[in-house]
Amino acid sequence: MTAAVLVRKLAYGEPGNSQRGTGGTPPGTADRRPLTRRLGPGPRRRFAALAGPALLLAAWCLASGTGLLDPRILSEPWTVVATASEQLASGKLQEHLGISAHRAALGLFFGIVLGVVLALTAGLSRIGEALVDGPVQIKRAIPSLALLPLLVLWFGIDETMKVLTITLGVFVPIYLQTHAGLRSIETKYVELAQTVRLSRLAFIKKVVLPGALPGFFLGLRFAVTGAWVSLVVVEQINSTSGIGYMMELARTYGQTNIIVLGLAVYGILGLLSDGAVQLLQRKALSWQRTMAG
Amino acid sequence: MATNDGRLTPAAKAPTTTVSVRGLIRGYGPKGVLNGVDLDIAPGEFVALLGPSGCGKSTLLRALAGLDHEVSGSGTVTVPAKVSVVFQDSRLLPWDSVLGNVTLGLQDHDAGERGRRALAEVGLAGRERAWPHQLSGGEQQRVALARSLVRDPELLLADEPFGALDALTRLKMHSLLAHLVAAHQPAVLLVTHDVDEAIALADRIVVLDHGKVALEREVISGTNRAPDDAGFATLHASLLGALGVDRHRALATA
Repeated sequence: MTAAVLVRKLAYGEPGNSQRGTGGTPPGTADRRPLTRRLGPGPRRRFAALAGPALLLAAWCLASGTGLLDPRILSEPWTVVATASEQLASGKLQEHLGISAHRAALGLFFGIVLGVVLALTAGLSRIGEALVDGPVQIKRAIPSLALLPLLVLWFGIDETMKVLTITLGVFVPIYLQTHAGLRSIETKYVELAQTVRLSRLAFIKKVVLPGALPGFFLGLRFAVTGAWVSLVVVEQINSTSGIGYMMELARTYGQTNIIVLGLAVYGILGLLSDGAVQLLQRKALSWQRTMAG
Repeated sequence: MATNDGRLTPAAKAPTTTVSVRGLIRGYGPKGVLNGVDLDIAPGEFVALLGPSGCGKSTLLRALAGLDHEVSGSGTVTVPAKVSVVFQDSRLLPWDSVLGNVTLGLQDHDAGERGRRALAEVGLAGRERAWPHQLSGGEQQRVALARSLVRDPELLLADEPFGALDALTRLKMHSLLAHLVAAHQPAVLLVTHDVDEAIALADRIVVLDHGKVALEREVISGTNRAPDDAGFATLHASLLGALGVDRHRALATA
């Protein structure tokens, strides 16, 4: 009973106290509509996405501060921050970070282009689908790690191999989601395109690409995180630069703080790039009306 | 020019007919949907195609629109080069703005200006940049009307365009459509199951039943269009009769 009353108060505000008007509403006629949809996740709040990571950081601080977490197992957050400022001061962190970001960006770029081109090929023609879809599904079943020995044999251990490995990891989710988005475009829009006599090119530009965009963005979120994951793999094998190399070197010297710093950098990069993609997604898909809003 | 494989033949502009359908047969599987339909529509003529559900009226419209590739059949269909279609759903691309939807596929440099004018004509000036989902059902259908009229069609095909709207909005749409058709003078084929809608708008009403033309009636303002015209009751009753509804018995048993 009490709980029910409390919920009503939360949802409707204090009785007689207008939450919407600017104070001009006489008591009794106050606007008592719920401020949010009763079902659904509620309104969007700024910086809410940071709450989860912040909580994780707080837990880490607490565990280290109370001695629950042995520094030999996991360095304290403040040690990692100190290490970060040392590495920043010496310029090493920026150098490794720059190289890693460059590799990830290149791999991401080629992966996106490859994935979109293949998805369009498979989505727009039956021949394309017959030729493209099978091999991509096979590639999907083979982890990038398993391909690595072969790629090293073929391309050596230089940048080509690294970028290629990332590309191969990236194009699969882009292809899968874009292709799925493309195939979900309803026939009625194809009919419409016919009645207004759209050319093939205009059809792709006006109907196919925008219709596949939600799928593409879903793929892009997988792809961006996937790019960083592939990066870890390639940079820990026969590499002489990059965040992965920095961590690998630290492992041989037993420098837990640098390893954790590397992990933190990967984490921050992943979070930032995913946030960037989501921002882009909201801008590009503003025509959609979804539950999350 | 006329072929009998059921393909569309763009008409060499004939002065007397805009649409000519001869012996049209269409069917999904063994059962025929259209069993030999003949239909002519004169330039600027407004024809309403009336019939119960499943009588083949949408199939006929889709044949005129060139949207029946997957249906087997025979007969000839002659339609003009410029045909516009209004569907029952407004069928706006959700990812394009209202103006973008109206000018979809137009390549002229003044497409934007023409689109804006068409939107103003349907009473939606100022909503050019809105997304389709921000409009009401009636407004969405008005955008669809603007999209078809901006192309200056010689033939306007409308497949129950107001079927999904509420009664009040539907009446408003009737007068809008009548106004637009008077201004642009396309030939119109309006598919509907609403007898009153057909009488209010059409010059001629064709009733389709079991894939054949069952009845044709002219509608003339001042004679049988308005409910207080002398011929109205007769027309109304004969249309309902052709649709298989006996008005008096329906009322008596109600």
